[in-house]
Amino acid sequence: MNSSPYRHRMLPWLLVLPQLAITLVFFIWPASQALWQSMLREDAWGLAQEFIGFENFADLFADPLFLESFRITFVFSIAVATISMVLSLLLAINADRVVRGNSTYRTLLIWPYAVAPALAGVLWFFMFNPTVGILSWLLKGAGYDWNHHASGTDAMLLVVMAAAWKQISYNFLFFLAGLQAIPKSLIEAAAIDGAGPVRRFWSIILPLLSPTTFFLLVVNVVYAFFDTFGLIHATTEGGPAGATQILVYKVYSDGFVGLDLGGSAAQSVVLMTIVIALTVIQFRYVERKVAY
Amino acid sequence: MVENRPILNAISHTLLVLGVAVTLLPIWITFVASTHAPEELLRAPIPMWPGDRLWQNYAEVLSGGITGAGGVPVGLMMLNSLVMALSIAIGKIAISIIAAFAIVYFRFPFRMGVFWLIFVTLMLPVEVRILPTFKVVADLDMLNSYAGLSIPLIASATATFLFRQFFMTVPKEMVEAARMDGAGPVRFFIDVLLPLSRTNIAALFVILFIFGWNQYLWPLLITTDESHYTVVMGIQRMVSAAEQLPVWHHVMATAMLAMLPPALIVILMQRQFIKGLIETEK
Repeated sequence: MNSSPYRHRMLPWLLVLPQLAITLVFFIWPASQALWQSMLREDAWGLAQEFIGFENFADLFADPLFLESFRITFVFSIAVATISMVLSLLLAINADRVVRGNSTYRTLLIWPYAVAPALAGVLWFFMFNPTVGILSWLLKGAGYDWNHHASGTDAMLLVVMAAAWKQISYNFLFFLAGLQAIPKSLIEAAAIDGAGPVRRFWSIILPLLSPTTFFLLVVNVVYAFFDTFGLIHATTEGGPAGATQILVYKVYSDGFVGLDLGGSAAQSVVLMTIVIALTVIQFRYVERKVAY
Repeated sequence: MVENRPILNAISHTLLVLGVAVTLLPIWITFVASTHAPEELLRAPIPMWPGDRLWQNYAEVLSGGITGAGGVPVGLMMLNSLVMALSIAIGKIAISIIAAFAIVYFRFPFRMGVFWLIFVTLMLPVEVRILPTFKVVADLDMLNSYAGLSIPLIASATATFLFRQFFMTVPKEMVEAARMDGAGPVRFFIDVLLPLSRTNIAALFVILFIFGWNQYLWPLLITTDESHYTVVMGIQRMVSAAEQLPVWHHVMATAMLAMLPPALIVILMQRQFIKGLIETEK
């Protein structure tokens, strides 16, 4: 911190006031409301309430639909993180190797970052549409009858592909930055010792990339948990029969459409706990990265 | 490169070209579909080469929207998105830079308390507090307004951190020199810190504009009046309409239009974009 700060009474408060006011009104207050409501039983009109402690949570974890949604979210986020990270690592390694066309490849690969998750969903939804989609038509030719309106597996595959596609550009950039930070002398020394490209990848590059990989894993899981709401809502709407109902979508549909206030608030609190845990992991890790 | 291996290079280029092709395929198909007449998009296989209705389709959605999905002109939705994205980006930068200035250059009671309070917002994305936040905005009478679309989203821990981090690297001799020349804190902020922060502001702007433009859940919650729909959330109703009516050509034209502004910003401001992405995610 600065050793000769300014001395003013009102000015610093005026400067932090806008940020503080928005944080309190739109973040802290609603979050504490969610905490409070998660312990109430309330009718849909908000006329009668009753304090019931942790009963909503007990109900929640006894509810097979909620547990199923938990499982779906888990499968979805692991699938999205794995697919997009493996593909982008593969692309980043090759982009790092080639001398010619390096920046052209980068430009062509990074812009899907700008595509909203909801739009990414719409594009893939169209390509796999059972009547007009070009990919579902090709699949039909190959003997597979794709229908994400009827098959839960097809719907899940669809949202995983769309979500992973959108995230490749982000992972690609971070892997590329990580690769470029590896000292060339290390690679050269290994090459002189006779290690081929494959050996160098497994024994030098991959271990040195592990901080980047771990960071990206956390970011990708957060993305799949929270940022994909639009993707699901614009395409499968959680269906068919709840097959793509991830937790965030369930909070929305139970609370906003189903008007189960206590249950939705309890789900919000569970989600908050997950975000807090992930954020703590991320920040812990960043500290270690500095020492690395 | 460590050594020259022509075969490996060829494999690398092949893989990269394949990667680019997979990345571009959805866009190509969308673009092609947006240039055809509806009759050609009734069943697969649909054309793989652009048709001749580019201007007609785009002009139709921009001014008329899609029948069966409310018929809100896409031009209006894009304007709403633009207002929202710009307010969020500029608002976040403005309130974060002054908050960081206060935290780094002033001593005041609860200074660190304020810092931690701002930090907590990182852990509370809209998605985990949907209903109560909606209630606050409804009580403040901000539903269906630009203020409601942007203000609740402009608190930003990441931007505050970034500026705080940057201000701490500014040599303290600069403050001393400014003081000796008789400049007060406001003067120092405007004449020294702001110009020094230019590149950081540009990098943040790119990231925050995309963040704002791509918002989905928030506009979905607080806009019930069609005149405040944003294009990214408005497209959902069009997709539902396209399941019944032959309007895919219009839906795809809307999708292209909705992607265009953020994609252009990423491509044209690539340097700032990469800087912003890597710094805000630390």
